[in-house]
Amino acid sequence: MVPGSALPENFRKLINETNFLSALKNSILVAFFGTILSVLINGLAGYGFEIYHSKAKDTTMSILLLSMMVPGAATMIPMYVLFAKLGLLNSVPGYILPFLSSAFLIMLFRQNTRSFPYEIVESARVDGLSELGIFFRMYFPTMKGVFATGAIVSFMNLWNEYLWGLVVMQSQESLTLPLVLANLNQGYSIDYGLIMLLATLTTLPLAVMFFALQKYFTAGLTGSVKG
Amino acid sequence: MLKKGGIHLNSSNKKSFTKRGLVSRRQSLGWLFVLLGVALIALTKFYPMIHALIMSFETGIGMDLKPAGIINYKRLFQDDVFKTALFNTVIYLIQIPIMLILALFLASLLNDKELKGKGLYRTMIFLPSVTAALSYSTVFRAMFVKDGLINSVLMDLGIISSGITWLESPWLARLVIVLALTWRWTGYNMVFYLSGMQNIDDSLYEAAELDGASKSQQLRKITMPLLKPIIVLTVINSINGTLQLFTETDLITSTGPGNATLTLSNYIYKLSFEYVPQYGYAAAVSYVVFIMVAVLSMIQMKVGDTRD
Repeated sequence: MVPGSALPENFRKLINETNFLSALKNSILVAFFGTILSVLINGLAGYGFEIYHSKAKDTTMSILLLSMMVPGAATMIPMYVLFAKLGLLNSVPGYILPFLSSAFLIMLFRQNTRSFPYEIVESARVDGLSELGIFFRMYFPTMKGVFATGAIVSFMNLWNEYLWGLVVMQSQESLTLPLVLANLNQGYSIDYGLIMLLATLTTLPLAVMFFALQKYFTAGLTGSVKG
Repeated sequence: MLKKGGIHLNSSNKKSFTKRGLVSRRQSLGWLFVLLGVALIALTKFYPMIHALIMSFETGIGMDLKPAGIINYKRLFQDDVFKTALFNTVIYLIQIPIMLILALFLASLLNDKELKGKGLYRTMIFLPSVTAALSYSTVFRAMFVKDGLINSVLMDLGIISSGITWLESPWLARLVIVLALTWRWTGYNMVFYLSGMQNIDDSLYEAAELDGASKSQQLRKITMPLLKPIIVLTVINSINGTLQLFTETDLITSTGPGNATLTLSNYIYKLSFEYVPQYGYAAAVSYVVFIMVAVLSMIQMKVGDTRD
């Protein structure tokens, strides 16, 4: 076994004999749009719950927290049925929809908003910035670390998801990388060279992202726990 | 800020009225900020939960469902596959305290001020949890097959004479799953503990040292009580994850041998998509998972709430 000599051959096989290219495209699409939308939606919600907090909003937040106990396996079938009716199966929107809002991330943003000085909001209002303008122009640049943490968490969930992928992305063209990898594992003659190449390629973006944003990640998590 | 409002209130009634109007308008504007997040959680979590509850009282094939009372729940008690899956899940739950104690131990080692290369160790221990679930499961499977890395290393070392069939014996297969979970999640939990430990005031340890407390006493009497909220969080997270375990058992052992590593989530998936679709019964099984998650989380929160 000479390491390295089969790499070009494995790459060729991966591209020609599997759905690698379309799966790569799908994975990138769901992770990219899912992460951006999730950070935006959860950021707005976490900010809203804290800055405009009222009794009714606090109650709403506690109800949302209950959703953290809802197991994916329990929501899978009703969602499959619903998404089939809505024509969302085998589509990027169908895949990302359940990832867009999460009680955990809303709480993360909300807890961290407590360290965002309210004076900034007030003086921005005096300066004539709209409420949404304050969120984008003041809050976002100040809280980049929390947004980075939220982005890592969302990206990892979207990129890693296997069970929901099996349910919602059933056609060959809509497979994501984990699904292709799972398929390669299930044949009668398993080509380990090919599998290990794909396993490495699938993990690579996560590792790169982690190293790039490492310092934000641990800091953001601490903030959410302390609250 | 408050005082200013007070002055307004005294000096001009009209002005305070508009200010209050402004505040309540902002309050309603706040709802717009949270609207999308709330709506999406309702759509993707609460609505399916309610629908699943209704389905769990129905029976039929595919979407052709009819009300059936508690038939599905009665069936649980006679279903041996369900019992096996439940048993396996309990086995995997035992892994949690082992993993968390290991994480706590590693965190207290890395929290040592004199230790060199801390960042490197921390990253190395955390790294498994950023691997793709499918990738690491694939590697674990390849390592533990009969002619895989583990057997060839053990044979080269002379510990065993012929390859062990890890994935074909029920308890060894479960052990491989437990090892895989521990490998992946210990570092993740350790980072939580480590960040918590860094918030603990050093003077507490210095005082304990002066009073002659040993390292293990310090860990039990200072570190653990102060880390309690974080420990509770990691326990809830881990229970949640374990009760919903799907990927590892699907990939590494293909839920086998027999059903020896099958989890409740694997079973729900099979009931819905691999066998003749029985959504009603699958929904009943999923409620068992939900109730387990809810009950165990509640207990943990109660435990975490008690102040000493």
